[in-house]
Amino acid sequence: MKGILKKISQINFGLMSPEDIRKMSVTKIVTPDTYDEDGYPIEAGLMDPRLGVIDPGLKCRTCGSKGGDCQGHFGSINLARPVIHVGFADTIHKTLRSTCRSCGRVLLDNNEIKNYHEKIEKMFKNEESVNNLIKEIYTVARKDKCPHCEEEQEDIKIDKPVSIVEGNYKLTPSEVRERLEKIPDEDSLILGVNPKVARPEWTILTVLPVPPVTVRPSITLETGERSEDDLTHKLVDILRINQRLKENMEAGAPQLIVEDLWELLQYHVTTYFDNEASGVPPARHRSGRPLKTLAQRLKGKEGRFRSNLSGKRVNFSARTVISPDPNLSINEVGVPEIIAKEVTVPVYVTEWNMEEIKKYIQNGPKVHPGANYVIRPDERKIRIYEETKDTVIEKLEPGFIVERHLKDGDIVLFNRQPSLHRMSMMAHEVKVLPYKTFRLNLCVCPPYNADFDGDEMNMHVFQTEESRAEAKSLMRVQEHILSPRFGGPIIGGIHDHISGAYLLTREGSIFREEEIFQMLKHAKVPLPKKTGKNWTGKQLFSLLLPDDLNVVYRAEICRKCDECLKKECKNDSYVVIEDGVLKSGVIDDKAYGAFSGKILDHIVKEYGTDRAREFLDSATKLAIAGIMKKGFTTSTNDEEIPQEARERIEELLDKAESRVERLIEAYKNDELEPLPGRSMEETLEMKIMQVLGEARDKSGEIAEIYFGMENHAVIMAVTGARGSMLNLTQIAACVGQQSVRGGRIKRGYSERTLPHFQKGELGARARGFVHSSYKQGLDPLEFFFHAMGGREGLVDTAIRTAQSGYMQRRLVNALQDLSVNPDRTVRDNRGIIIQTMYGEDGVDPAKSDYGKVVDLDRIIEEIRIKSSK
Amino acid sequence: MKKDILKHELVPDHVILSKSDVQKVIKELNIHLEQLPKIKPDDPVVKEIEAKPGDVLKIMRKSPTAGKFVTYRLVLE
Ligand SMILES: [Mg+2]
Ligand SMILES: [Zn+2]
Ligand SMILES: [Zn+2]
Ligand SMILES: [Zn+2]
Repeated sequence: MKGILKKISQINFGLMSPEDIRKMSVTKIVTPDTYDEDGYPIEAGLMDPRLGVIDPGLKCRTCGSKGGDCQGHFGSINLARPVIHVGFADTIHKTLRSTCRSCGRVLLDNNEIKNYHEKIEKMFKNEESVNNLIKEIYTVARKDKCPHCEEEQEDIKIDKPVSIVEGNYKLTPSEVRERLEKIPDEDSLILGVNPKVARPEWTILTVLPVPPVTVRPSITLETGERSEDDLTHKLVDILRINQRLKENMEAGAPQLIVEDLWELLQYHVTTYFDNEASGVPPARHRSGRPLKTLAQRLKGKEGRFRSNLSGKRVNFSARTVISPDPNLSINEVGVPEIIAKEVTVPVYVTEWNMEEIKKYIQNGPKVHPGANYVIRPDERKIRIYEETKDTVIEKLEPGFIVERHLKDGDIVLFNRQPSLHRMSMMAHEVKVLPYKTFRLNLCVCPPYNADFDGDEMNMHVFQTEESRAEAKSLMRVQEHILSPRFGGPIIGGIHDHISGAYLLTREGSIFREEEIFQMLKHAKVPLPKKTGKNWTGKQLFSLLLPDDLNVVYRAEICRKCDECLKKECKNDSYVVIEDGVLKSGVIDDKAYGAFSGKILDHIVKEYGTDRAREFLDSATKLAIAGIMKKGFTTSTNDEEIPQEARERIEELLDKAESRVERLIEAYKNDELEPLPGRSMEETLEMKIMQVLGEARDKSGEIAEIYFGMENHAVIMAVTGARGSMLNLTQIAACVGQQSVRGGRIKRGYSERTLPHFQKGELGARARGFVHSSYKQGLDPLEFFFHAMGGREGLVDTAIRTAQSGYMQRRLVNALQDLSVNPDRTVRDNRGIIIQTMYGEDGVDPAKSDYGKVVDLDRIIEEIRIKSSK
Repeated sequence: MKKDILKHELVPDHVILSKSDVQKVIKELNIHLEQLPKIKPDDPVVKEIEAKPGDVLKIMRKSPTAGKFVTYRLVLE
């Protein structure tokens, strides 16, 4: 490894003067030819050997270092006539507009100049941005008459991309340069050009720097043909035209021809800098492909900044499809064997692990716990082959590094894009498994926002002991059960974990002891002593709880009765856990579900993350065992309601429809009472929406009468496992009003939504009310309105993700250097204080009680249970 | 019709610190004067309480997380 040669103390951003460019140049480039007949680079050509070498076998003629060590050296082209740099065309235009055409002074009077000077000095001193002030100056400094020499000013326009037009006359770059030269240093500062690092006329090119060959390497195709970089192609064009222009000028060719060639030179230099500049046809390759020139190398998502500097491709990483595995711990990740054999962990060979490592090498690169490379102390990397492994083992000594395969127990970083919060990258323990997908526990789906409809995830293998230690203590999955977003669990049971726990723990759920022991075995929980009696599910679940746990809360299934009967609740929704025994209440989403698990939350906060992981692992496995014991399935049969209910719903909807008609009638007769602050039309719409909304809710209530707790779809909805009662009633009873832009549907044909309706018709059906249920099926008109509403939903989510993504990017860029110091101050990278106390209260939200320092109500309730015994 | 901006409920209390109090704050936070958050000299409150460049203001405001919060700002030139 090479050490640091020099330390950067300061960076200046400025312009290069022609002298700077010449000083930096190692050779003038004159000829457009690159290689001679023998294939050797031509002197003073674009491949001049003095520009640096790439071939590691050659020595650089300029700096003497070998290829690979030589970073290359710039050359230069003397342009026959000056040209405008596209990147500065706007700056040139604005500068000319704000300076005198005759004397070159800023179009401000002496007083204004003095004022702005003082302001700029002050802002420099305070390290403030002067951008806005400069912008202001450009708008103020526009006068018809020069305040210094009284010269009348003419209007100057810019014709994109690089033509500067005064009145009707197009200024040549030489004329522009002359004008810019006249601007005195003091005035140039006011125009935003700091004379210490730049001069306005340097925006016009007289010398063009030629980047070294390392920047534009040529590639040799299999056919032996040489293919040049796009930049080299462009530089050849520039040299050709430059030469012709020079010859024509020297031969005294007519003005018109010289001007045409000059324009052409300008075109080539413009596209050399930016081949996507507006108003210029892009320069193309022979094949018709537009050339990738300087700006294209840097710009955009695939440009140097976003693709090579802000983010890079890395080694020791893997990506594949994910699939679920309920038998893994939340801390684990299943890694396919083929990946485990490819990505490796470097291990230092010592006397103590010599034998183990020899076994890996003996296995070689193809058998699983094997090894791929050995690195000797002299940094030579040797690949292990089937044939060489014995000699490698012989030579193995302490001090060597062996890159061994990934094996069970290794710590890796696991990630799913978009990485929007810190739980998007967590450290997992490896479990090498057959097949080709990454496997993960279902409880970690919420933080990654993952599902298994084809999602892929990335894995990174740590390469140092320090990174492993840090990841293990800070990034492990169990350390992220509580989210800093709301101070509650984000990792927890989902779907069948919830339904299963409900089936186990609800009232009347009784098992024989053998069944209980089967389920406990499945959940890998140690078996208790035999009692010889039947068990309740509540007793079973209590085995997983810490012995001194005390919690009280209302379960997800709680119907929010007017007067809570607490322990006597007929829904069994008042959960009481006394000394680790589930006394009453059912276990559902509120117990250990992601986003809302109270018991889980309590265990993390009171007993630590190890205990919480243990609880979550065994509780979910037990719930799965329970759901398999009971059997659980759903179909549209769950949303079946009797004919009698159907008829009641029909009647209800008919009534609602006639109420809507009556409202419309009243509106037409001007009898409607407008709501405060609303027009008649708005009032009508609001009232109709209200009537139809009520109708849908009522129809749902009728359907719900037939939805008992034996219905699996209902169990999922009320326990919070999946779906909602609204989903069920929409399937069974009535879909309800479709909306576009927050109101009833009114777009489409003139004054009506579809040609099937009268013009101006305002009735329920004509404006997108869907009477049918999903199970009955929608009629064609309803189907169309439903598609309109559905499309709006899709478009909205697409737009929202794009917008919030950009917002996130800007926020992250603005905040990336802030950190919380040990004294709890928040500072930026210069040590400047942003907050004297983090979050003003110094609380880590991930360790808080749902955002608060303490939740007094909860603590009081718990003490009450303890003392009531 | 000029209102007293200092009495507006959205304007927190600003107090100019004495030289010795500034030293105390600097010592407490273990920083240089320049590392304090800044406030512009043309800030309406700065003009109202006639703070001078180089003064340090103690700002006491309501906080949704901490109830009450105290911070400091250095008046720029
Ligand atoms: Mg998906
Ligand atoms: Zn060199
Ligand atoms: Zn003038
Ligand atoms: Zn209740």
